[in-house]
Amino acid sequence: MSAGGGYSRRRFLTTSTGLVIGFVVAPKSRLLGLQEAGATRAAAPKPLPPPNAFLRIGEDDTVTVILAHSEMGQGVWTTLPMLIAEELECDWSKIRVETAPAAPVYAHTGFGAQMTGGSSSTYSEYDRYRQVGAMARAMLIAAAAAQWKVAPTTCHAENGFVVSGTRRASFGSLAKAAEAQTPPAAVTLKDRKDWKILGKPTQRLDSPQKVTGAARFGIDVHEPDMKTALVARPPVFRGKVRAFRAEKAKAVPGVRAVVEVPSGVAVVADHFWAAKLGREALEVDWDLGEGAALDTPEMKKQYAALAATSGARAAARGNPGLALASVKNTVEASYEFPFLAHATMEPLNCAVRLSPGKCEIWTGTQFQTGDQMAAAKIAGVKPEQVELHTTFLGGGFGRRANPNNDFVAEAVHVAKAAGVPVKVVWTREDDLRGGYYRPMWAHSVRVGLGENGKPLAWIQQIVGQSILDGSPFAAMIKEGIDETSVEGVVDSPYIAGTPHHFVGLHTTRSAVPVLWWRSVGHTHTAFVMETMVDALAAAAGKDPVAYRRELLAGSPRHLGVLEHAVAKAGPPPPAGQHRGVAVHHSFESYVAEVADVSVDKGKIRVHRVVCAVDCGIAINPAGIRAQIESAVVYGLSAALYGEITLKEGRVVQGNFDDYPVLRMNEMPNVEVHIVDSAEKSGGIGEPGTPPIAPAVANAVFAATGKRLRQLPLRLA
Amino acid sequence: MKLNVNGQVREVDAPADMPLLWVLRDLLGLTGTKYGCGIAQCGACTIHLDGEAHRSCVLPVSEVKGRAVTTIEGLAAGSAGLHPVQRAWIEADVVQCGYCQPGQIMAAAALLKTVPNPTDADIDAALSASLCRCGTYQRIRQAVHLASTLPALAGGRA
Repeated sequence: MSAGGGYSRRRFLTTSTGLVIGFVVAPKSRLLGLQEAGATRAAAPKPLPPPNAFLRIGEDDTVTVILAHSEMGQGVWTTLPMLIAEELECDWSKIRVETAPAAPVYAHTGFGAQMTGGSSSTYSEYDRYRQVGAMARAMLIAAAAAQWKVAPTTCHAENGFVVSGTRRASFGSLAKAAEAQTPPAAVTLKDRKDWKILGKPTQRLDSPQKVTGAARFGIDVHEPDMKTALVARPPVFRGKVRAFRAEKAKAVPGVRAVVEVPSGVAVVADHFWAAKLGREALEVDWDLGEGAALDTPEMKKQYAALAATSGARAAARGNPGLALASVKNTVEASYEFPFLAHATMEPLNCAVRLSPGKCEIWTGTQFQTGDQMAAAKIAGVKPEQVELHTTFLGGGFGRRANPNNDFVAEAVHVAKAAGVPVKVVWTREDDLRGGYYRPMWAHSVRVGLGENGKPLAWIQQIVGQSILDGSPFAAMIKEGIDETSVEGVVDSPYIAGTPHHFVGLHTTRSAVPVLWWRSVGHTHTAFVMETMVDALAAAAGKDPVAYRRELLAGSPRHLGVLEHAVAKAGPPPPAGQHRGVAVHHSFESYVAEVADVSVDKGKIRVHRVVCAVDCGIAINPAGIRAQIESAVVYGLSAALYGEITLKEGRVVQGNFDDYPVLRMNEMPNVEVHIVDSAEKSGGIGEPGTPPIAPAVANAVFAATGKRLRQLPLRLA
Repeated sequence: MKLNVNGQVREVDAPADMPLLWVLRDLLGLTGTKYGCGIAQCGACTIHLDGEAHRSCVLPVSEVKGRAVTTIEGLAAGSAGLHPVQRAWIEADVVQCGYCQPGQIMAAAALLKTVPNPTDADIDAALSASLCRCGTYQRIRQAVHLASTLPALAGGRA
């Protein structure tokens, strides 16, 4: 825990305005003692967190919560303070929120690096932030008890005060004395039945600054003497600069420098507009390389050919080949999924200021630790000399969690080459054409039904690029299987219930950089599984919901959300509309969605989506509803429109005119129902996305009799 | 050239064809107005020009001379609190990442000026050109309806 100790109170005091009091860090020896004790004592398996890193109480009674995770819309700005406030017993109106600097103490409790992803922020902080609140409460009570010369047991905390009999003292008035108290060695967290804040729908704390334009995103950063740069990047992936002529670019008023960096040529100017005009005037001779050979139709052919062969074993049982040959009732299907861009509303950007022994960065990132290490290497400083300011993220969806640190590393290179503080801004076209897409995928599936109509044999081949391959996380690939390529299939209750099965994986490689995209592997696997099961129901002559009930009989949480969503959806939709259903487990949560859809002259319109979610204990029901609504829209954009294609290596799409996303006039009514659950909390940012595309495709089948097995859904 | 922005006269040194968006953001430091596409496809850059919603990313600064420009920062100017649309946005818990919301709010405020009690169809027509990747459309609809019931602020610019 030297990290916690090293990142100390002193720093907070020097970087804060006004008088603020931090809590002391638990001495190393105690933490070690706790760790040792944890080996034999189940009650204290992990050392308590250093509370001062996560919480400050000001003499003005403000309670400042420091976020170890990035706010990108998912609501950690509200849920993490809720965790602390519940235990601290503070006045909710006194909560202030700050984003943490990049430092080891803020490492993700599960991943070991400071990052935001995997729909894990709330549940991974469930213990740590509550412990911090409980520790601080104990120290405030200890301070009050000492002041009043009473036993701490006679004191309790309520709504920002410590109370003992008729005595009351505000947290602010006790903050300084509390700082001197020894942090407790152990804390007991409140029982769920005593919660006042957790489990209650709570409005977002970041709304006021986001509705007035005051919220600062990375693209809004401006520091003294800072210039704006646009980078001319190769028109195909892995292309290189052969030569460039900067004269015309430099002649544009406001352009200050043109510098080469590993990713291309940067035009550095007084403002965005000059940089843009300068880049248009820049002449670059590109060495395109092998990437220029990439064409989407050709890639699809290669993927389909691979899908017809057996891949590396991701899951297997019995003898599926033999079993399949023994049955009459079989269903075969081929699936295609395109590359997808994240298309965050805020295009990528990163601001950097280099000075001797220091690299300052302002950006909206999901991956502070990796960015910090990459920047240190380029800037020639130590990681702790990289001061990273995480701004609000104008959307993340995975794009801002890049193990290759593309947008941060490039900006440090530009600042270094230009010798001035610089903010690199990506245009929308740069952003959509910049790679790091959801990989393109193909699946082939053959399922044989037994006499009872249930799957007896299931053979599935999956083809696509690995997200982890070639990244610093490559060690997570086990025996040739990147779990993120096959998640949603290998852990599917349908596969588990099929006596003879084989799931194979062909991991392809290409020049196109790929990355996680909201719900990662589940973006394609849920579509395959849930449309296949719909087709199997039809082959078995059964109702799609009744058939799922049979197959999910041993999966109570799948079944629970399915029944809940179907019940809430109620009677069949109005004439002209048709219903489809899908249910999927991802990120430790279960979501069923029922979509009512109409088809008019080949145009698919989604009218209503009823969602049931079981995410275990619901921390902020208001946030859960918002995230499921959001995930449905994000998934619908991909289901109806999303497609990045390549022609001679060039990305065809460039802006929202040819990469359309869902608009207000296409927005269905989305109803979210949260299933009461006492299970451990699961994720919520992503699990709402996987079921929507298959639910809509199944509704399209109900409407037209056509099984759509390519995304985006097209009835041509 | 002289510009009238949020009720103040501001002097800027900008080429005539520079889009108003970048004048606001990079020369005047008014970063509440956002860049999303640069081709009038996403609505993040929506501002008011003499009270009407416009896309500042395709509006040459020379065209706004002598006209009143209002940005998200000036929407509630002249009043003690927030504009009814902003209050409704908070009440309906609309925002997620928040990046598109200044543009959404400016578009909604302009709609309510001309259509004080809009239907869903009115809202769709006025706001379909404003994209939100977090998918807050349903709450935006609710918030526009709510805003139409809130008392307007005396002295507000919008």
